[in-house]
Parts: sequence; C-alpha cells; structure tokens
Amino acid sequence: MGEALIGARIQRKEDYRFLTGAGQYTDDVTLPGQTHAAFVRSPHAHARIKSIDISKAKAAEGVLAVYTGDDVAAAKLGGLPCGWLITDVNGQPMKEPPHPVLAQGKVRYVGDQVALVVAETQAQARDAAELVEVDYETLPAVVDAMKARAKGAPALHEIAPDNTCYVWAIGDKGAVDAAFAKAAHVTKLEFVNNRLIPNAIEPRAANGSFSRADDSYTLYVANQNPHVERLLMTAFVMGLPEHKVRVVAGDVGGGFGSKIYLYGEDVAVTWAAKQLNRPVKWTADRSESYVSDAHGRDHQTVAELALDKDGKFLAMRVKTTANLGAYLSTFASCVPTILYATLLAGQYTTPLIHCEVTSVFTNTAPVDAYRGAGRPEATYVVERLVETAAREMKIDPAEIRRRNFIRTFPYQTPVALLYDIGNYDATLDAAIKMADVAGYASRKEESARRGKLRGLGYAAYIEACGIAPSAVAGSLGARAGLFEAGEIRVHPTGSVTVFTGSHAHGQGHETTFAQVVADRLGMAIENVDIVHGDTSKVLFGMGTYGSRSIAVGGTAIMKALDKIIAKGKKIAAHLMEAAETDVEYDRGVYTVKGTDKKKMFGEVAFAAYVPHNYPHDKLEPGLNENAFYDPSNFTFPAGSYVCEVEVDPDTGTTKIERFTAVDDFGKIINPMIVDGQVHGGLAQGIGQALTEGCSYDDASGQLVTGSFMDYCIPRADDLPSFQVDTRETPCTHNPLGVKGCGEAGAIGAPAALMNAITDALGVKDLPMPATPQTVWRALQNRKAA
Amino acid sequence: MAVRISMKVNGKPASAEVEERTLLVTFLRETLRLTGTHVGCDTAQCGACTVHMNGRAVKSCSMVAMQAEGADILTIEGVAKADGTLHPMQAAFKEHHGLQCGFCTPGMVMNAIDFAKGNANPSEQQIREALDGNLCRCTGYHNIVKAIAAGAKAMAAGS
Repeated sequence: MGEALIGARIQRKEDYRFLTGAGQYTDDVTLPGQTHAAFVRSPHAHARIKSIDISKAKAAEGVLAVYTGDDVAAAKLGGLPCGWLITDVNGQPMKEPPHPVLAQGKVRYVGDQVALVVAETQAQARDAAELVEVDYETLPAVVDAMKARAKGAPALHEIAPDNTCYVWAIGDKGAVDAAFAKAAHVTKLEFVNNRLIPNAIEPRAANGSFSRADDSYTLYVANQNPHVERLLMTAFVMGLPEHKVRVVAGDVGGGFGSKIYLYGEDVAVTWAAKQLNRPVKWTADRSESYVSDAHGRDHQTVAELALDKDGKFLAMRVKTTANLGAYLSTFASCVPTILYATLLAGQYTTPLIHCEVTSVFTNTAPVDAYRGAGRPEATYVVERLVETAAREMKIDPAEIRRRNFIRTFPYQTPVALLYDIGNYDATLDAAIKMADVAGYASRKEESARRGKLRGLGYAAYIEACGIAPSAVAGSLGARAGLFEAGEIRVHPTGSVTVFTGSHAHGQGHETTFAQVVADRLGMAIENVDIVHGDTSKVLFGMGTYGSRSIAVGGTAIMKALDKIIAKGKKIAAHLMEAAETDVEYDRGVYTVKGTDKKKMFGEVAFAAYVPHNYPHDKLEPGLNENAFYDPSNFTFPAGSYVCEVEVDPDTGTTKIERFTAVDDFGKIINPMIVDGQVHGGLAQGIGQALTEGCSYDDASGQLVTGSFMDYCIPRADDLPSFQVDTRETPCTHNPLGVKGCGEAGAIGAPAALMNAITDALGVKDLPMPATPQTVWRALQNRKAA
Repeated sequence: MAVRISMKVNGKPASAEVEERTLLVTFLRETLRLTGTHVGCDTAQCGACTVHMNGRAVKSCSMVAMQAEGADILTIEGVAKADGTLHPMQAAFKEHHGLQCGFCTPGMVMNAIDFAKGNANPSEQQIREALDGNLCRCTGYHNIVKAIAAGAKAMAAGS
C-alpha cells in the first residue's frame, strides 16, 4: 500500500517538460507542408465594406491564397454560435445577430476579421495582408453600453435596432421595493466594473490540416475545451461529421476564459487547409490578441442595500448594463445573468434580491467569461455595498458580516442557488487573525506619522463552481450538457493511463488527478499518467472553466475508478476462491474478510489481461472503464480576504502592505497547487483593481490600451507576497468533497482592495483601476470639498 | 535579401541562410526548431523569448539573428545537464511551484540564471525588480520570487 497522496504537496509531473523547453504549445507544432496565415483586420470600429481588392496580395511572393467574406459565404460556412439562450423579461429569446467567420459587408469593431492570407512563411503572409486593399465607408461607432442604448445611437445589427440583446431579471421586484420602503438605512453605490483583457501569455494560435486519404481534419488549437470546440465547429459552423475532425489542445499557455470560445480564426484555418490541401497555421501577435481576444467584465451598475437599524440586510436591488461587444461570443449571454445575479446573496441571509440586467451590443471586441466570469462582478456589488453600509452605520465591517452570515445549510438563496455547505465564520475569523487586524490601528498611526494614509478592507466572497447540473443549466438556457467524462485504462502490468475531458492550461491536472487515482489504487504516482486535450484520445469532455475540473472531471474519474475496483473485486474473488461479497478493497489490496488471503491490484490487472485462471463465464477480460458524471448541484467555494494598503497622498501611489486570503475549497488534493491557483487569482484581481483597465476611444472606437505598454498587467514589483490559508468544509455531493479553487482570488480581491483604498482615502467610492492618477484626483477632490 | 549567419547554440555550431530581417527568436524557433524559447508579445515586454547571448540574458525577439553572428547562444533546451539533471534554478522552480502553464517559464529561468550569477543572496525586492522584463499571468510571481531566491542560493553553493 502506498503513502496517502491526497492532501500531499507533491511536485508537478508536468514541470520537467516546461522547465526544459519541451512543452508543445500550438505554435510549436509544425506539420509537413506547413503554410502560415495572417488576418486582415478592420482598422475601423464600424464601417461598411464597399470593396476588397486582393489582387496585389495574391500576386505577392509566397502567397498561396487570399480569402474574404465572399469565399466563406460561398462555402456556406455558418456563423459562430452562442451556447446559451437567455430569455428576455418579455418572454422573447435574446437577439442573436450573425457572427460571421470573415466579415460580411460590414465590420463592427477594430480587429474584426476581414480577410485571410495564406503564404509559405509567416512574414510573407503578414506582408501580403498589408497589400489587401479594403475600401471602407466608415459609420458612427459607439463603445459605451449606456450610450449604445440611447436614442439615435448607431445600430450595429439589423435585428437589434436599439443594440439591446436582452433585458433579463431575477427576483421579486415588488417585495424588494416594499422592503426598501421600510428600511432604516439604504446604502447606494453606482460604479463601473472595468473592462479587462485576459492576456494569457501564450497568444491564441490555430493550425488546421486536412487529409484527403481519409477525408479528415485535424486542428491544433490553444483552447480550454477541445470537444466543445469540435462540437460547435462541426455541427454549427462547418456542417462536418464530428468523427472526421480531431481537435488537439496540447500544452496551452494560460487561458483564464479567453480560450474557451470558438473563434472565427479557428474555423478559417481549418477550412482553408482543405482548400489548399496543406496545413495552415495562424498565431496571434500580442497586438492582435488585444483587439481580438474576448474581453471580460464591463458592467455599469446601480446597486442598493436595505438594512434594518441593527445592520441586518433586508433586501438588495441591482440594475446592471452589461457590454457584450460587437457579437455574441460563445458564452457571452450567460455571464452577466446566470453567472452573476445568482451570486448576489453572497454569504448572507439577505431575504429579498432583485436584479435586472440589460445586455448591449457595442463597437468593441466581444466580451465573454474571464477568470471568475460574473462572480467577481457580483462579489464586487455585494462586498462594496456591505463595507460601505458598515461605514455609514458605524458598524465594524467584520461585525456587520457576522450579523448576516448564513449558518444553516443547506440554504436556499432568493436568487436560485442552493448552498450545500459552508462555514463563513471560520474563514473570516482565520483571515482576521492571519492579517493581524488587532495590530492594524497602531500600523495606521505609524503610517500617519510618516504622512501616509493606511486603509483596511474586507471581502467575503462566494462562488458557484463545478458548473453544472445539466438539467438545471438546460432549464436556464444552456444549449449544451455540462457533465464531464473520464476513462481509466489499466495496463496489463498494473500501471494506469487516465483520460479526462477536463483540460489543464496551468492548473496541474497531470499531478492532481494522478494523486487521486494513485491514492485510490495504492500505487506510486509515477505509475499514473493523465491524458487530456485531444479528441482522438479522450472519449468526450466539456473542458475546463468555472473552476470545475476537480469537482466534475475529478468525480468522473472517481466513478470510473469505482467500476475498475468493482470489476477487480470479481476477478480477485475468483483468484482467491472466495465469495465476491467477502472480498474487501483498500488502496490497492483485495482481501478476504476474516482470512489472510490477499491479492494486489497489480495481480488482478495482470489476470484481467492474461486470463488463464479467470471467470470467463461472468466477466470479459481486460480492465478499462469509463464514466460520465453530471453533478447534482454546483459547489460553493467561499472565503474571506483582508487587504491592507498604504497610500502616498503626494503621488497617489497605493502599496499593498498585506494581502490575506483564507479560502474554503472543501477537500484539497494538492495544497501546493491550490496555493498557486490562489496567488494567480489574487494577482488578476489586484490587477483589475489597481492597474488594468481596457479603454476604447469614445469617438473613434479605437482600442487605446492595445499593448503591454498601455494595458498594465501586474509585474512582480506591483504585487506583495501573499498570506494564504484554507479551511475545509467538504462538499456534500461529490465523493472527493472538493469545490474548486481556480477563480477565487480574482473574485474576492478587487472588492477587498477597493474597500481598503476607499478606507485609506476616506471616500465612498473610487473607480477601478485605482491608478495613482485616480487616487490623487480623489484626494484633491476631497480636499476641495 | 538572404544572409548566411553562423553562431554557437547550446554548445553546437549552427549556421543557416536567413532573410536579413529574421529575428533571433525566429531563427531559434523556426530554423533550428528550438521551440522552448517563446514569443508572448511584440513590444519587448513579456520576456518569454529570453535567451543568453555570451552569458547575458537578452530578449531574442528584439534583435535580428545577424546581430548574434559568432555569438554563443544558450536557450532553455541547453540549460539542464546532458544527462537530463535540472540546473539548480530549474530545480528551484519545480520545488517551489514557480510555474503553472509553463509559457513564460523558459524566459523566467533564463533571466533568473543571469540575475543569480551576480546576486547569490538576493532580497525579495531585488528579485521583484529583476523581473521587470518578464511577465507571468499565472503565478502572481509569489512562487517565482521564492524559486529565484532558492535557486540563487543553490547556484552559489554549487559553484
């Protein structure tokens, strides 16, 4: 029997290849006969295409083909589908304008794909793309969601003349309004949840190829869910049978949501590969990523919290306008609705909540899920309101949270979710202790002596992960199931290959999942390999997003393991000449109750493949099982974050002095990896609050923040070292008791940080990102007031 | 116009005819198929393309291959020992979970090795400042900083 592996800080199996340059990312794959692609993109935010002259580009050195919207229309390539149908408050389906692979007559944002150039080398393709002459008639553009709804705003799509995709609502408006009318105190905030650009360090890439030998396609692509990519591409866009398309997403250099989606570039290179009978590779440069990757967030919100005289929450009222960008990206519609408004209860017993969301098309890049996806926006609403209410009512911000915590589980929120378990006092108490809140007052005094402003802020977040029970998701508009698949292949000599539909792009599944399997089978982790990211190897998969991998994908593997162990029990019973009911199994060893008989798992596996002495009348040889797992509920990771900042009033610079995060992710398989996930999430959350803000020019619709020099993702010296810890309430409805940890940091950090900065400045609100200029201005305004 | 370039890469002579405008990183990745050196941006900010030229860390996306004529280039593929044993800095990244998706990692390691040569016992602040030219989106740098501190010590102890 091996040592316990669950809960162990085991170094990652994948690290050796990444540390030695042996990773195989999409751009690293070069196929025989490889060609290279470049896209011609719109320089205008909104324009009619009058004509396209490709003659010079076609004649350029090395150019093999130039394709435009006319070519994809002639080939009858469909538009890119949206995977979630939201129904309007009036019972009407959301507006779904066509989302073409290459622009059809009109461009709707800077970066919209207009033409595809394929050449022998990347340099030739990029040079020739410059030679494509597009005659545009520019049209007025609108980039702000509120302005896009105003009368007379330029309309992007014929089917949505008011640029509105849908107006959606949840909750009992009448009851909420009545509660507000009776409230002792109402806290109101109006804010923007700033638009973000994901910026995985590996840019998007796709390499499509076609084989005439068997009429099949292969697409190597930087993607988080290769089976979903294939399903959407074959069934909805190209009209191909799925078994003729293989999608491979091998090593992927970060995703954060931006690589969930089916993009037009992926379809275009796959289609072009057949036309040219040669592989076609496209890799975005960073400038292209900025304009064409799906962006995140971009909400404008009015939020109100009604409280009684003791600070007990009575009701919450939220009105949000969400910017969807120019087209509906794959999951765009559910992010500001299903993944947002359902989280507005937070960790609290607020009995009445109403939220109305208006989602709007604008002349900007499509907006979709970015780390946290709706839940950071919800947490920002709840936790900014709660902290502000505490300050207004002069109640300690930790105390007001304790007065409202949910403590009885399961708990049905007024916004559809059923929390199975949690212990919010435990994480808050631990965070307060770890952050040394008791010593804060003296640190604040010490800062003041140096002329600095110190502030403290909390955020107690909740998220819904493990998306999702398919039936629930389906009833809410999902057009796909959200289960996961796993397969265990036991080899004759007892080692194991596991195939998972989850996808790792930094999360370390090759280690974590191997720990789970090796622990259960009582073998060394070296004897278990995890395979993911290839539709020709893995039976099926819904992929990785929403912190779902261990909770859903891990459980599918556990279910397959159950089948392996059950079959092994039958074989062991035969080998030990015992009744199956008398055979027991524990981590790699089958024993017969009350005897000293035992068979090791490896012996049983060998018997399954060399079945000389085998119950052939009852069992097939071999030891290979698969399982699909559809969760019965979401999981609900939660935690408390405490942020302490020091602001320099002369420069407006904010320094994070301490950042403490105590999370409850349920059972933890590998604490080292979990800590790393939290660190990364915190960095992105801090980025949103402090340094990152996507900006489009209002008049021209040009992306102003189009490079790492204009859009500041945090650098090492922008961040502190973090203090992180966990508390465990095991999830009640999956066998591992796990909840998911990938997004927590990005969800909780912005509110904690902004609560700290507003505390330091003594202002009610401040827009994100709190750059030195923004902070300095707020201080000047306060002085002037 | 094509030019002939020759240099030493990971201890072996490498020579090829390339277009004048070919970047060093393109030469390494496309011509020599050393794909461990990555390209993450087009403004010399992210550092994923960092290699050593004559022992100093350089961004291979920011120079044409011709500029490395006659130089000694070390890429991530040449850092571990011939028997596959990791360099102390690589081992420290593994030990301290200083990498997640692995895409920025080669550049981080190459920069860290150069930095550690002159800083056997760096402070956290020195390390954070030394990472000015290397972006990571996964780790929040927390464990990279720890890894570089440990790697620098291990390098000093081993030399």
